[in-house]
Amino acid sequence: METTLQWLASPGLPHFLIISAMLFGLGLMAVLSKRNVVMVLMGVELILNSANINFIAFSRFTDFSLNGQMIGLFVIIIAAAEAAVALAIILNIYNRFKTINLDEVNLLKG
Amino acid sequence: MYVQLSLLILFLPLLGFMILIFKGKKLSGKADWLATGLLSLALVFSLVLLVLKLTGSPDETLTYVFNWIVFTDAMLVGSLAIEFGIMIDNLTVIMLVVVTLVSTLVHLYSMMYMKGDKHYERYFAYLGLFSFSMLGIILTHNLLLMYIFWELVGISSYLLIGFYYEKKSATNAANKAFIVNRIGDFGMFIGIMILFAGFSTFSFGALFDSIAAGQLPFGSEGWLTASGLLIFCGAVGKSAQFPLHVWLPDAMEGPTPVSALIHAATMVAAGVYLVARMFPMLTEDALLIIAYTGAFTALIAASIAVTQYDIKKVLAYSTISQLGYMIMALGVGAFTAGIMHLITHAAFKAGLFLGAGSIIYAMHNVLHDQHDHKTDAQDIRNMGGLKSKMPVTYWTFVIFTLAISGVPLTSGFLSKDEILAGTMAFSSLNGHWLLPLIGLTVAGLTAFYMFRLLILTFHGKPAKESILNGIKESPKLMTIPLMVLAALSLFFFYSINPFGAPGGWFYSVIERPMSIVPGNLQPAGHELFQDAVKSVHAMVMTLSVLIAAAGILFAFTVYQWKRVSADQLAEKAGVFYKGSVNHWYFDKYYNQLFVDGTLAVARILHWFDVNIIDGIVNGTSVMAKGVARLSKWIDTNGIDGLVNLTAWVSQGSGKQLSKIQTGRVQTYLVYVAFSFIVFILLFNRI
Repeated sequence: METTLQWLASPGLPHFLIISAMLFGLGLMAVLSKRNVVMVLMGVELILNSANINFIAFSRFTDFSLNGQMIGLFVIIIAAAEAAVALAIILNIYNRFKTINLDEVNLLKG
Repeated sequence: MYVQLSLLILFLPLLGFMILIFKGKKLSGKADWLATGLLSLALVFSLVLLVLKLTGSPDETLTYVFNWIVFTDAMLVGSLAIEFGIMIDNLTVIMLVVVTLVSTLVHLYSMMYMKGDKHYERYFAYLGLFSFSMLGIILTHNLLLMYIFWELVGISSYLLIGFYYEKKSATNAANKAFIVNRIGDFGMFIGIMILFAGFSTFSFGALFDSIAAGQLPFGSEGWLTASGLLIFCGAVGKSAQFPLHVWLPDAMEGPTPVSALIHAATMVAAGVYLVARMFPMLTEDALLIIAYTGAFTALIAASIAVTQYDIKKVLAYSTISQLGYMIMALGVGAFTAGIMHLITHAAFKAGLFLGAGSIIYAMHNVLHDQHDHKTDAQDIRNMGGLKSKMPVTYWTFVIFTLAISGVPLTSGFLSKDEILAGTMAFSSLNGHWLLPLIGLTVAGLTAFYMFRLLILTFHGKPAKESILNGIKESPKLMTIPLMVLAALSLFFFYSINPFGAPGGWFYSVIERPMSIVPGNLQPAGHELFQDAVKSVHAMVMTLSVLIAAAGILFAFTVYQWKRVSADQLAEKAGVFYKGSVNHWYFDKYYNQLFVDGTLAVARILHWFDVNIIDGIVNGTSVMAKGVARLSKWIDTNGIDGLVNLTAWVSQGSGKQLSKIQTGRVQTYLVYVAFSFIVFILLFNRI
């Protein structure tokens, strides 16, 4: 009990990695299971954020100085651009199929 | 002088042949006179040559040679010349006279006998060709030319036997004669080649010189014996000796004058002449075999002649028998007697044939006038009683018959007597008692069958009065040759002493040549032989006269006085009679053995062709077809199968794989995530 509390009291790299992993898991869950494209897109954002947490955690607990933070910022910017492009694609999908449910968009079925 | 004369004699008949064969039809019936004239000219020259030679240089052998083909560098032998050459000795000139004389007489005779024949000119052309070839055999000085002329007489004999070529039997007989002769000639050719291989020469003189010098072919006397016997094979064929005698009786299909010239007087004597020419080089073994061959031939032929009814067949078998006599005489070393018999036989046997021809001519005319085409003009059972109608033919026939039977005062007596004495002397020296025994038996048989023929033909009652009434004596052209030959069958042409030829001119000009075979007992053996002949001569003479008389008497008893029935005799003789009537079944068994054998071989080969060769061909095609089928099967199933398999596999795999492609992005992502996890697990392990 003591050691557990000790472990929780002073967060280290593993805590962040665990948080990140959980976030990644949730994001992946959303990407894989949601029918709605917007939801999937949101899942992707979660995944990106989990990656960001990893970058920053590694940056904090190792001697990479601020490189992690820089890449984190870069990722946020990319994510914004990606969201814009993705939303545009979603609009096009909606125009084309009159739906944004992913399981109905299966033109490439073999 | 000699050479010009002999060449003239040789080429005159050839000239006749050339003119007649190319221009015969245009001579408008004068063809016969041309041929006869040329032959008589040759006869005159031969007589001149005979007189010149016998008076001028009787002891010399004259040889005239020119090179025909000269090889300066022949394989294995170096320089080699193949020669044309003429050899003239006493034997040659005498034979020349015999051949030209008989030929001239036959020409004369044929002018009447063959009159009106479709191929009259061609007949005389063939006679000319034959005379040329025969004279060539006599004149040549080497074995190669001898062989060439040997084949030429063979072909003229073939042409003349098959002269009535519309008749199937005549063409068959011609083929038979030619083929049977080929067998003998083949042996002769091998014999010549053995000598040529040994000595690189063909000429008699050079051959004999080499052998006399102790050189032997391939260094052994066995080869000398072999070559002698092989050359004798040629004589066996041409002189119709056992076992090749079967062609001569069939050869009687030819015109009768041809039988007289070729198959009685000259060509068949060529074999005897050949043996006489080769005599010096024949070894004792070879001579013994030759003697027994001759004796055996004489015996079987005489035994067949006894029962024949065709007048020409009787004479044919009698000819074979007499030729056997001559061969036997040469075999035992009674050289002069053998040659003398050849010449006396030429005269009286030609006479007998011409006499038979005269009878056949008369019979044929009668049968023709009576439109009787069933009665055989040559069967003596259809004759009988012709004596009164054909006196000239009859009396000449009597003289010939007496001569062949060996009755004293005839030429046949002189020569036959000497032959018998020779065999007797030979047996007294060597113990071969069978030879004189056969000789005497044959003498008796000869007298019997000749008088049987004479009596059945001329004496007694005719078979049909109608035939006899129509019979006329033959014209002068046919009877004159008969008379000439009858005169020549009397003793005084050959020896002044009617009971002993050795004192006569013939024995002084024809001498037995010395044997040159090394190891022979010559000349001591020769002297011994002569002494033996002298010592047995009187005894043999008595014996032979008695036997001939017995034969004649028996013939008269059976056929003239009919004291003994011929049919009963035949019954008593049983097997012998049957064998004799059927020519001892030679033809039958030769037919079964050789003709049927050949046919069987042909049939086997045919079967082999049809089944094996064709089978192989067909099998090949079947196999090719099979292979094609197989490769087709491999193609359709194997190769195409592989191709299809590839296609099928890729199609199948594509189908299976396309199931993965759902079209849903999320599924793909699942795959990605899943495989990512798998990879991580995998690589973490490592």
